[in-house]
Amino acid sequence: MTDQIQSATGPQNDNDDERVKAMGGVRRWLIRPELGGIVGTIAVFTFFLIFAGDSGMFNAQGIMNWSLVSAQFMIIAVGACMLMVAGEFDLSVGSMIGFAGMSIALMGVTMGWPIWIAILLTFALCIAIGAVNGIIVVKTGLPSFIVTLAFLFILRGFTIFVPQVVERRTIIGGIDTAAEGDWLAPLFGGEVLGFLFQWLSDIGLIEVFSRGNRAGQPVIDGLPMLIVWAIGLMIVGQFVLTRTRFGNWIFAAGGDAQAARYVGVPVERVKITMFMFTAFCATVFATSQVMEFGSAGADRGLLKEFEAIIAVVIGGALLTGGYGSVVGAALGALIFGVVQQGLFFAGVESSLFRVFLGVILLFAVILNTYIRRIITGER
Amino acid sequence: MSSFDHDPVIEMTDIAKHFGPVIALNGVSFDIRPAEVHCLLGDNGAGKSTFIKTMSGVHKQTSGKILFEGKEMSFDSPRDAMEAGIATVYQDLAMIPLMSVTRNFWMGREPTKRFGPLRMIDFDKANTVTMEEMRKMGINLRSPDQAVGTLSGGERQTVAIARAVYFGAKVLILDEPTSALGVRQTANVLSTIDKVRKKGIGVVFITHNVRHALAVGDRFTVLNRGKTLGTAQRGQITPEELQDMMAGGQDMVALEGSLGGTV
Repeated sequence: MTDQIQSATGPQNDNDDERVKAMGGVRRWLIRPELGGIVGTIAVFTFFLIFAGDSGMFNAQGIMNWSLVSAQFMIIAVGACMLMVAGEFDLSVGSMIGFAGMSIALMGVTMGWPIWIAILLTFALCIAIGAVNGIIVVKTGLPSFIVTLAFLFILRGFTIFVPQVVERRTIIGGIDTAAEGDWLAPLFGGEVLGFLFQWLSDIGLIEVFSRGNRAGQPVIDGLPMLIVWAIGLMIVGQFVLTRTRFGNWIFAAGGDAQAARYVGVPVERVKITMFMFTAFCATVFATSQVMEFGSAGADRGLLKEFEAIIAVVIGGALLTGGYGSVVGAALGALIFGVVQQGLFFAGVESSLFRVFLGVILLFAVILNTYIRRIITGER
Repeated sequence: MSSFDHDPVIEMTDIAKHFGPVIALNGVSFDIRPAEVHCLLGDNGAGKSTFIKTMSGVHKQTSGKILFEGKEMSFDSPRDAMEAGIATVYQDLAMIPLMSVTRNFWMGREPTKRFGPLRMIDFDKANTVTMEEMRKMGINLRSPDQAVGTLSGGERQTVAIARAVYFGAKVLILDEPTSALGVRQTANVLSTIDKVRKKGIGVVFITHNVRHALAVGDRFTVLNRGKTLGTAQRGQITPEELQDMMAGGQDMVALEGSLGGTV
């Protein structure tokens, strides 16, 4: 992107319009949506390297610890980011996570269906609910805030009610046993690149277990699929948003829906698709979580919708839509994960994490508003 | 002007449009030929917006006939009208400020190229064409990824006009393109309108400013209370007469006198 811009501006410098003020390099860099995320990431890592550098936070297990937490945030942040760029919110993400996990447990354990069928049906069901969210928002013209708030309660209510009726409890275990030998489950709960970690331990870069029945094996078996999903979704999201036609329509739908309609952008279809994608991301999160824990709980995913939105805002997206970056949102999620786990490593009272969240959210929103003024030239 | 050698691109006869009990248009006749600027003047509430929307395929007329290139026209959506070559530039909805000029210019018609199994926007082509088309209209962009929000109101109108011209508009409908602009920017937009006319495109210029209309117009039609009060050619009508017709026959001269100048 950058070199295209340079080649396009290069030959023009001699006949610049006198009304256009030259924009300095710093200022141009300032308007990149990822700015907040990059600065925040550097700040957070510097901080914890100084204050928790020797606590084990940056050895192999420590890195895996905060990477996993960050990857969870990242998966839902990518969905929330693209939806926010399209000009909408989804407050039902957290409830959707609980709902999807419970749906897999009910189908796979209670009803005894093969796990792959439970997973596929749950994906279909949740994406359909995402579509319903989107259709209601688009057809009624109501704010997505209200519509998805309704679904926050509806989905959470069912997630508590159904297992109580069917199983007389709100936590259903045994998913790990049910998933054994399943072909689809490892896509969410498995690990890849085990040989790489074996090799890393062979050359002494990561530790090996010194005792117990796994003595001699590396402390990390492989790269969890959760992280693979997070990075995969980020790359796909960034590509779609910045490089494709559909991505241009997402920006347009969020920037000014009416202007977009006038030039033939199918705004309704774009928005509904983004609601479905957000639901997809929530379901990926939920599936990975139930595979990891081996159980589904009715309270899973609580407050996740807000955490996703905060990560997206730290990542530079505007709450009003039309502007944002998937990479920025992923960095926001990374900041989140590193701080949440880092405070634990640094021995700080974990409730301070919430204070941190509130403060950083305020900073991010103020910074974003300032950047918006620079871009649009408002005063 | 040689525009009278040509048949009209769009010919509208006796158009009426009712919204329930409200009669928005009640007998509008209007035509537009290639390479002319036909100004449609009218005060607020005269029915200008309804008229534009009928012409550009948003509304269907209740009665009356619309001929497009000699054939009866029936567009189901603005998209259809656009494909046929009728482009509309709306006053404040022309552009999305947060997006780059290139992204705005190509919105809805992004050029794509294949990259293995992936289809992505061809930004090289998109940027080059955008810079080139904007230069033709007399605007030198700092860079094609400059946000439209950094452009002035007149420049935004020009991007929208350049876009319509590039995508092969035969008729360009401009909805009050000068109403929110300062003197210098208005001059720029009017000169852009002149450039577009010279390309052989028919321009429908909607305004309530008589002076802006007289600066570029070849013909003038006044709309008042949902009716057209006739069409005059350049040189056949004075600014005062136009002003009076827009005001619906009220004695604007007396009013102007009391204000001590031209309104």
